[in-house]
Amino acid sequence: MSYSDKVIDHYNNPRNVGSLDKSSNDVGTGLVGAPECGDVMKLQIRVNRDTNVIEEAKFKTFGCGSAIASSSLATEWVKGKTVDEAMAIKNMDIVKELSLPPVKIHCSVLAEDAIRAAIGDWKKKQETAKPVAVEAQ
Amino acid sequence: MSTDVKIPQSLPVTHVPAPEGVKLPIYMDNHATTPMDPRVLEEMLPYFMEKFGNAASRNHSFGWAGEEGVEAARERVAKLVGATPKEIIFTSGATESDNLAIKGVAEMYREKGNHIITAVTEHKAVLDTGKRLEKYGYRVTYLPVQKDGLIDLEDLKRALDDKAILVTIMAANNEIGVLQPIAEIGKLCHEKGVIFHSDATQAIGKIPIDVNKQNIDLMSISAHKMYGPKGVGALYVRRKNPRVQISAIIDGGGHERGMRSGTLNVPGIVGLGKACAIAAQDMAHEAAKLAGLREGLRHRIMSRLDETYINGSMEHRLPGNLNISFAYVEGESLLMGINDIAVSSGSACTSATLEPSYVLKALGAGDDLAHSSIRFGIGRFNTEAEVDYVADRVVETVERLRELSPLYEMAKEGINLKDVKWAAE
Repeated sequence: MSYSDKVIDHYNNPRNVGSLDKSSNDVGTGLVGAPECGDVMKLQIRVNRDTNVIEEAKFKTFGCGSAIASSSLATEWVKGKTVDEAMAIKNMDIVKELSLPPVKIHCSVLAEDAIRAAIGDWKKKQETAKPVAVEAQ
Repeated sequence: MSTDVKIPQSLPVTHVPAPEGVKLPIYMDNHATTPMDPRVLEEMLPYFMEKFGNAASRNHSFGWAGEEGVEAARERVAKLVGATPKEIIFTSGATESDNLAIKGVAEMYREKGNHIITAVTEHKAVLDTGKRLEKYGYRVTYLPVQKDGLIDLEDLKRALDDKAILVTIMAANNEIGVLQPIAEIGKLCHEKGVIFHSDATQAIGKIPIDVNKQNIDLMSISAHKMYGPKGVGALYVRRKNPRVQISAIIDGGGHERGMRSGTLNVPGIVGLGKACAIAAQDMAHEAAKLAGLREGLRHRIMSRLDETYINGSMEHRLPGNLNISFAYVEGESLLMGINDIAVSSGSACTSATLEPSYVLKALGAGDDLAHSSIRFGIGRFNTEAEVDYVADRVVETVERLRELSPLYEMAKEGINLKDVKWAAE
């Protein structure tokens, strides 16, 4: 199978590789996929709690080149967006940007799942964090 | 804040340069096919234009020249495997030979029984033929393999019932290079009066094969896995002790003793013959060289990386084969990183079915390690410098991809990946 130039570029120079402190209240972590399926993505975001803007995004991916590229692109796209804007990213946008062939569409689906999972995790933290904050006041 | 400062924003690809004399890309996928030996091509060339005759033309010199080339080749093939020339039937390749052997026996011995025994790690040419025969009312037993890839002879003994007519077990596996105990399997079959077929595609010319010493009744041979041309192969069909009969699956002019009709591929057959002659002469020397290169590759990779696993027995294995799983790294992404080297992966992503290698799954290693596997097939034309370069490229790429792998990070944190509840798609 031949890869698009953009997939190769993300594979050779993945953006935003790394990890954020998953215990931090500002950080949302999404871990999707399974080793048995050959794809696992971890996508993390650090959100400014005043503006809801994603200020930092990191990823690590176990998977094929297209999976690495999809998650690398996802971190690029969510950075600077508000949480709501990031939720609007669709897997087909990733497919289009990276020119993924049909057999690789699941990689883009996984990347979308990872974004949603990371945001979901962050939102959950905000919900549980609030009552504590109120109590503290 | 980022807690992991060791990892830069991006990981630019810089990799070891190819040493002098190493031409890229490197071909190290010799189980898929082999480059043709120039000596083989040289022998074939006259049979395209000068000696173009139909080997079945009995009445003129053009036909005789073709027939002469074919019969000389038949002798060479027979000699390599300890057979007589009359026992060699030329085909279009090992897939046809497997089909002819299995379907041919199934039809010929239908009244004797309907039970065929094979193993789960066989080539698809055998497994899919078995599946088709199941549709026609045959019963097929697919023997499991042990962790090392070998079948358990006790399982075979139990499967050999009164209805068994054929056992088909490969000599060497195409993915993990594991050698089955062919002589013992053949002996068990003969004790029960059951015909034994072996797909020896990967073994012929690589390790000594003798149809008599190893109790083989039918054997598939392919030219392009042994430095010969594509599109030609042979089936060995035993003529005595016992005499094996098979029904044809291609009918026509009654070529090849009626077992395989169709005008003979004379240049291809001549090429197969030459490939066998070269193998007969060089096999021992070449096997020692390949085993040395393979061990060098294994050591240079495995001494520098943790959590790498050999798939299949190292003791019973083709000299040029190495199959390694690199935990926490997906195979296709590894292939992409070493794109100046031609090897194969058992990863689902490299197959059309999106299923990881059924051979590796059968070893019981788990799907995750099947996804992480690479098959190296070292051949006649590989050099030590190439092997060193391949090892270095693999090591650096695995290291890079592990830095990118959430699984490696989790494992290093002491998390048991088996305990994690994965949210699959």
